[in-house]
Amino acid sequence: MTSAHQPGHHSEVHLRVNGKPVTLDVDHRRVLLDLLREDLDLTGSKKGCDHGQCGACTVLVDGRRLNSCLLLAVTLDGSEVTTVEGLGGDGEEPHPLQRAFLDRDAFQCGYCTPGQLCSAVGMLAEAAAGHPSHVTDPAAPSGSPVALDRAEIRERLSGNLCRCGAYPRIVEAVEDVIE
Amino acid sequence: MNGFAYLRPTGVQEAVDAYAAHPGAAYLAGGTNLVDLMKLGVARPTALIDVGRLPLDTIEERPDGSVRVGATVRNSDLAADPRVRDRWPALSQALLAGASGQLRNAATTGGNLLQRTRCPYFQDLGKPCNKRAPGSGCGAREGVHRDHAVLGHSEQCVATHPSDMAVALAALDAQVELYGPEGARKLPVTDFHRLPGEHPERDTWMRPGELITGVLLPATTAGVPSAYRKARDRASYAFALASVAVVLRVADGVVDQVAVAFGGLAHRPWRARHTELALLGAPAGPAAFEGAVALELAHAEPLRDNAFKVPLARNLALDVLGRLAPAPAGV
Ligand SMILES: Cc1cc2nc3c(=O)[nH]c(=O)nc-3n(C[C@H](O)[C@H](O)[C@H](O)COP(=O)(O)OP(=O)(O)OC[C@H]3O[C@@H](n4cnc5c(N)ncnc54)[C@H](O)[C@@H]3O)c2cc1C
Ligand code: SF4
Ligand code: FES
Ligand code: FES
Repeated sequence: MTSAHQPGHHSEVHLRVNGKPVTLDVDHRRVLLDLLREDLDLTGSKKGCDHGQCGACTVLVDGRRLNSCLLLAVTLDGSEVTTVEGLGGDGEEPHPLQRAFLDRDAFQCGYCTPGQLCSAVGMLAEAAAGHPSHVTDPAAPSGSPVALDRAEIRERLSGNLCRCGAYPRIVEAVEDVIE
Repeated sequence: MNGFAYLRPTGVQEAVDAYAAHPGAAYLAGGTNLVDLMKLGVARPTALIDVGRLPLDTIEERPDGSVRVGATVRNSDLAADPRVRDRWPALSQALLAGASGQLRNAATTGGNLLQRTRCPYFQDLGKPCNKRAPGSGCGAREGVHRDHAVLGHSEQCVATHPSDMAVALAALDAQVELYGPEGARKLPVTDFHRLPGEHPERDTWMRPGELITGVLLPATTAGVPSAYRKARDRASYAFALASVAVVLRVADGVVDQVAVAFGGLAHRPWRARHTELALLGAPAGPAAFEGAVALELAHAEPLRDNAFKVPLARNLALDVLGRLAPAPAGV
């Protein structure tokens, strides 16, 4: 067994969160979302449904977008986590996608926005790596980057619900960073 | 949620041994179903054996033209694999029709096969459900069952299996590779999930403590035209009301190879053997397709509120068969 094996109901976990090393003794029941919000005071990631059904809790783990409400923190030992607070990196400047959301007014209440941003950043990397989606032409050549039209953006971001219905502007903001 | 021990074995044997040593344990992979059910109180493991990082995350070609997919390959990576997209397109399409980008990044091949039903009574501790609490009754049979089974259900349970991936695997004649206390064995995906019968609490024919180590995509369906289509209540991010995977090869206008599997209709992916028997050797065209699909769906026994699934499944099957059949020469 690796060092993560401990007989009790909690374990020590090492993470890098937004570039900073973090070591915590976590209860095995702790999901990443609660760890971020309650233990690290990073309240950007939101809890909408707590069951994988809304995307408000989306963060990047080792560069891949995941629902942090369904990820047990203890399973993530050694991982690199990026939340909405870390999208812009170390600098003062927001991530270009955050800038585009502001320019396009791509939110109303803003509750879904951190999840939309992290999801879109992860999604852009997937398309660049040649990952197809449900609406990609099956005859398109495998492995080459997928061009993102509106249908592609909508389908690929379908895991992020917006109760305010800001979808049209969210799609426009994503289009802005692709161009 | 009660507390639980957490173990992260580094190999298959170690995982199986850990399971045997911890009564009440469960394997954990992507966690997208198990953690959800633990939050709901439906699953209450005393120990989690994390198999998500076992070295089963590769997709390997075999000399005989088959491909082995490791149990921890993520759904998004499997759907994007060029070999899968080119040779078994129905599998890639089925994966991409399921869940969301985030969930597919976490969900594994093994976990997807073993995800539990989405029946709302199963997920609600306050309701009767023979699958969750054997003998408590089936809330859905006379209750809310629009999403439930029309084929192969029993007095005890009318649930459907929710996986899209499994439906494609069933049509593609894939096999599940297992390893457990009694050694290694393989089961065809078509014989992997059970019908509910009198024991709806058992979803599959797996033995206690067995681990899924991988899935084999056979050479017999490699490169044969295949496709998947799913109908759901919204355009994306919703489970199937009905779905179909079709494998179809036509030679000189005659059906030379065919497999049809329905999703969303039964407790397991439903291979339409009557349809397949009727089509093999028949001229590939709308009349033969219609007759053959009707033969299978004649066995449907819809519940009060889900009869709509029968024509829905029929239309999906006819559409996909029609698309996969080459246009007759000279047209
Ligand atoms: C909101 C939402 C929408 C969804 N929509 C769809 C959809 O449209 N279509 C669809 O098909 N699916 C859908 N899913 C389900 C999703 O595909 C499954 O949750 C996922 O595939 C399960 O894989 P996992 O690795 O996360 O499994 P886990 O949650 O880790 O495990 C699931 C089960 O499998 C067991 N297990 C896991 N790996 C192994 C192994 N190697 N050997 C033995 N046992 C193992 C676990 O013990 C557990 O019982 C949806 C899920 C959510 C939350
Ligand atoms: S259909 Fe099956 S899972 Fe649903 S309530 Fe009835 S017994 Fe439970
Ligand atoms: S809070 Fe995680 S998906 Fe809704
Ligand atoms: S802006 Fe309010 S939920 Fe999306």
